[in-house]
Amino acid sequence: MLHALANPARFLRLMGAIRPYAAAVAVIGLVVGLGWGLLYSPPDYQQGETVRIMYIHVPAAWMAMFIYAAMAVASATALIWRHPVAELAAKASAPVGAAFTLICLITGSLWGKPMWGTWWVWDARLTSMLILFFLYLGYIALWEAFDDPSRAGRAAAILALVGAVNLPIIKFSVDWWNTLHQPASVMTLAGPKIHPDILWPLLITAIGAKGYYVWVLSLRVRAEILQRQARILRFSAATDRRAG
Amino acid sequence: MMKVFLAIVGRDLRLGFGAQGAMMTTLLFFVLAVSLFPLGVGPEPQILARIAAGVIWVAALLAAMLSLDRLFQTDQEDGTLDLLAQAPLPLGLVALAKTLAHWLTTGLPLTMIAPLLAVMMQMDLAVMPVLLLALLLGTPSLSLIGAIGAALTLGARRGAVLVPLITLPLVIPVLIFGVGAVEAASYGLTASPHLLLLGAFLAGTLTLSPFAIAGAIKLALE
Repeated sequence: MLHALANPARFLRLMGAIRPYAAAVAVIGLVVGLGWGLLYSPPDYQQGETVRIMYIHVPAAWMAMFIYAAMAVASATALIWRHPVAELAAKASAPVGAAFTLICLITGSLWGKPMWGTWWVWDARLTSMLILFFLYLGYIALWEAFDDPSRAGRAAAILALVGAVNLPIIKFSVDWWNTLHQPASVMTLAGPKIHPDILWPLLITAIGAKGYYVWVLSLRVRAEILQRQARILRFSAATDRRAG
Repeated sequence: MMKVFLAIVGRDLRLGFGAQGAMMTTLLFFVLAVSLFPLGVGPEPQILARIAAGVIWVAALLAAMLSLDRLFQTDQEDGTLDLLAQAPLPLGLVALAKTLAHWLTTGLPLTMIAPLLAVMMQMDLAVMPVLLLALLLGTPSLSLIGAIGAALTLGARRGAVLVPLITLPLVIPVLIFGVGAVEAASYGLTASPHLLLLGAFLAGTLTLSPFAIAGAIKLALE
């Protein structure tokens, strides 16, 4: 299975077959989930209407972490089996993950203003998200820093794995740092359990976001593969011209 | 094997302490960076004492980043790295030897000069031993994780800027536990949980990062 997918042409065919379904899941999930959440779900008894920010904020946070995990798995696959497509999948995931992290940070900030009275709190979750954002940016910067794509790909894969090992430690240390510096007064989200009327639109939106990721990923990986093929064609054309 | 290891450490130390070495520059940067804070936030002793541990740690983090981009780069440029890769020593241990030399020329001098800065920052003298112990346990991790960044950016464009960019997020735990140890001591609490965590982090980086560094060097030599 893994080796079969290492063939870019076969991978492209498979992705072409999956793409319409992923797109359908994305469109239906996001329209239904967000429509339900933003228009028809009940407002929170404490937070009122602002709780609706959650329907974007929470799926974005989930996706930010999910995509980093996917990137780490793809990087490990690329390093261990020299899997060329896995490398491109990791590369193609990074900007999507960074975008979701940014969405999470921005919506969190917009949510924080009415709830906590401030745009930014050095809360443990916000801080970990910010660090995750930096990790994504460092990964993308490393990819961009090399002329040779195969060198860049494997260096970036090592970085993604180092980050994946370190991420739980960072998360733990930030949690601990936060409890040391601030009493647990700012964030009291440990309120009532989530009501099904809120949970369902949230889950549907999250599934829609996953579909969106697969959809965009397949498009981005296809673009990467085509770009590499174009590069190879350009090189061989140049050498042909010199030989001829 | 030990002989080769020590030979590599010795060579890097001679280069590091020598005239072209980055040791003095790194130390000067460290002192200068800390001295800027009283100018920035004001000379009130209470404020300085409150932020002293954090300022010293952040300055140490940044100072440790300074010389990192040269750690393997000069050796790669003059071909030494190719020879080192053929040394009768696993590449991970070669990397460890070079990282040890880096720590001896940055982390250790930073730790030794830190008490002077702590006094200038009005830090309580009673917590000085904790600061030193935390720096001794924490700075080797900075060198080890930094060496991963240095090896990954070998031959990259803008390597000097890239190393801190990819390394600093990864060393945040060192900063948190390092400052935490000093703060706990200054509140009269025990600093040992923080110090133990710093030690655990060092044990983890010491065992895992040589593999990452060796993998990255192999990539650069291909």
